[in-house]
Amino acid sequence: MRRADGRRAAILGGNRIPFARRDREYSRASNQDMLTAALDGLISRFGLQGQRLGEVAAGGVLKRSRDFNLARECVLGSALSPETPAYDVQQACGTGLETTIHVANKIALGQIESGIAGGVDTTSDAPIEINDDLRRLLLELNRARSTSARLALLGRVRPGQLVPAIPRNEEPRTGLSMGEHQAISTQRWGIARAEQDELAVESHQRLVAAYERGFFEDLVTPFLGLERDGNLRPDASIEKLAQLDPVFGNGAEATMTAGNSTPLTDGASAVLLASDEWAAEHSLPVLAHLVDAETGAVDFVHGDDGLLTAPLYAVPRLLDRNGLSLQDFDFYEIHEAFASQILMTLKAWEDRAFCAERLGLDEPLGSIEREKLNVNGSSLAAGHPFGATGGRIVATLAKLLFERGSGHGLISICAAGGQGVAAILERDA
Amino acid sequence: MTPDRYQSIANSPLGASVDGRGEFAALVFDASGIDDSARLRALYDFFHPLMRSLRRSGRVLVLAGVPEAAGGPRAATAQRAIEGFVRSVAKEIGRNGSTAQLVRAAEGAEGAMESTLRFLLSARSAFVDGQAVRIEAVGSEDVAVPEDWDRPLAGRIAAVTGAARGIGEAIAETLAGQGAEVLCIDVPAAGEDLSEVANRVGGTSLALDITDARAPDRLAEHIRQRHGRVDVFVHNAGITRDKTLARMAPEAWDAVLDVNLSSQERIDDALLGGGLLGAGGRLVSVSSVSGIAGNRGQSNYATSKAGVIGMVAALAPAMRERGATVNAVAPGFIETAMTAAMPVAAREAGRRTSSLVQGGQPVDVAETIAWLASPASSGVNGNVVRVCGQALIGA
Ligand SMILES: NC(=O)c1ccc[n+]([C@@H]2O[C@H](COP(=O)([O-])OP(=O)(O)OC[C@H]3O[C@@H](n4cnc5c(N)ncnc54)[C@H](O)[C@@H]3O)[C@@H](O)[C@H]2O)c1
Repeated sequence: MRRADGRRAAILGGNRIPFARRDREYSRASNQDMLTAALDGLISRFGLQGQRLGEVAAGGVLKRSRDFNLARECVLGSALSPETPAYDVQQACGTGLETTIHVANKIALGQIESGIAGGVDTTSDAPIEINDDLRRLLLELNRARSTSARLALLGRVRPGQLVPAIPRNEEPRTGLSMGEHQAISTQRWGIARAEQDELAVESHQRLVAAYERGFFEDLVTPFLGLERDGNLRPDASIEKLAQLDPVFGNGAEATMTAGNSTPLTDGASAVLLASDEWAAEHSLPVLAHLVDAETGAVDFVHGDDGLLTAPLYAVPRLLDRNGLSLQDFDFYEIHEAFASQILMTLKAWEDRAFCAERLGLDEPLGSIEREKLNVNGSSLAAGHPFGATGGRIVATLAKLLFERGSGHGLISICAAGGQGVAAILERDA
Repeated sequence: MTPDRYQSIANSPLGASVDGRGEFAALVFDASGIDDSARLRALYDFFHPLMRSLRRSGRVLVLAGVPEAAGGPRAATAQRAIEGFVRSVAKEIGRNGSTAQLVRAAEGAEGAMESTLRFLLSARSAFVDGQAVRIEAVGSEDVAVPEDWDRPLAGRIAAVTGAARGIGEAIAETLAGQGAEVLCIDVPAAGEDLSEVANRVGGTSLALDITDARAPDRLAEHIRQRHGRVDVFVHNAGITRDKTLARMAPEAWDAVLDVNLSSQERIDDALLGGGLLGAGGRLVSVSSVSGIAGNRGQSNYATSKAGVIGMVAALAPAMRERGATVNAVAPGFIETAMTAAMPVAAREAGRRTSSLVQGGQPVDVAETIAWLASPASSGVNGNVVRVCGQALIGA
């Protein structure tokens, strides 16, 4: 991310709309509505109206086909100059971080001076696909030339074909949902229920505390009447979570509940990046810089690795390339897809056998001080609109480093398809 | 002001133009030379024959001196008497949408009058009626004559609290329309509307609860980093928590006093102490007619709004010394969400009990603030200007 002459990308700020649980406040909002709102909030904070930025990169996972040019359409609907180019990226839950990396790389290379990275997802206004047989029939109908041919085709429609195919949160190659996949890993690593519930409660408590101290005043803009994340439970407690029945995994070993897994969520986020020069010209303070990033993937289909284990490999490679140890950070932002995903990750990095056999390390990576992990809560409390989580995390970490004055932060996000995205942020003393 | 500049106003469409039918858009009379009650007759002599010739939405403007500075008790008495004349004329012509004002210029203030005369003679002052504005003497170097009188705020940085809606939104729009770069401030909960306003006026948004203990520092830091200074600061954010005193909860008292008065004092300290509002600076606070007259069920609100008037008076001399000004506007009945929520009878009464027999619009308050904020208004300091259509209460 850094050119030989030291040029790198600065993170200037972020904005997101509060995340809403599925079919609640944003049930009628489209991806375009939400991402445009997140962009407009960012534009207003930084006075970017009418400005031509280098680019806007954004994307969503659950997208309707008419949203093929989602990011660009949002730019056109926003207060930015319509001369700002945009493109879509889709890398499952890693989308928002991956777009940040794209924009940052172009800035570091000197191809652009400024840009916005973002992401969005709606699980409420989700695309619905029609039954595949019906789809083929309709395409034929479109090709038919005579009325009689059309009528004949229409006569072939069967009631069963009218049932829509609603997209499910499952891996196409295994047919298992993400939670079911993670349940296998949870069991393999022996992650206890109590530990998961504790992490979830802490996430809620920390997010509440961050809101209370005004941390999000310049990172979140209310939308459709929602002022804080709809999933946030100020009264979350171990006792309450302990009462929930497991939803993933089987039998007595099942530990993953709706309380220690992220819910389906709607939301959008955006991050403003620029060169140091652009920031100075616009009198905008730099929160942090993006140092480096690494994206990884594992063979969860035929291999031995769990669906959400790619960060276990990507992070050590990233650390190695930057000559850093796992302990060299002041903040760790590990996306809480499931409490057990985080706990498994921490356990693997402490595990001598895993680190030796799978990572080829003489010594384990070691442990992380838990007080430095997700200090303002994470996805278990905020919720997780797939494409928007990366932007939420980047802006949060950049501000944490800004408040601290100097230091390093590590981001790790696991993603569907056996992928994972990791990045390092720093703030100079 | 030089005689030829007077001439140019008189000949402008807004000035005392004669359209051939003997109708006048404005009647302007210089009464500053009246130094004895016997000479007040000059007012009668000038206006009496012309009263039927004033057009609809016409303007009556009387120029006078400052009574306290008028050499001797007789002159002071005569100068004070003019006020009764102007206020009565305003009441007589209000039904036609016409207004009457008094401008009291101190010795040496002649060069600092143009922005005020332009404002009071224009449609921008539509809901300002029966007011006496004082203009102080200022050095000619302190009077900035704008290149473009339609954009006197070009290049100026203005901040407006409570900008997400209502009067604050109109202030942001009006200041931006006159060229200012506007920092729009409101509580985080109003962020969605605030962003919309900031984007519409091409300004920036800052989500901030002004009563927050950290607000003055955060605001000062934000202004320092992003703009280096602020030229115009408008304290507009305000709340009501109406109850008669016997029924009023302590929280209702505290909240109103904190938002409407104490937080403004803390912010002023941070801005002035931090050197962020310097020479040419303009502080404008939004008071209320309730702060002048008092109002049943508003002991908390009226206290806070009277406090704002006190704040303006107390700060004025120090502001003058820095080459800056502080003023307040006191709106009467303005058509906003706040007044739309009033009971029908009270709302109708609010509209009708003024000389103009109607409610004002948020833009009327905003235009008045823009005049006070103008770099050309350096002589207007320590004033409380009512924007109330000459409401009967507190008059
Ligand atoms: N509407 C009238 O008739 C009238 C009459 C006299 C005076 N005023 C005064 O005019 C001003 C604006 O009134 P309006 O009618 O537009 O009211 P409004 O309620 O429509 O707007 C006030 C704005 O101030 C904001 N605000 C409140 N507390 C705040 C805080 N702690 N920090 C930051 N922002 C805060 C609100 O969020 C809101 O956006 C107020 O000071 C009011 O007292 C209004």
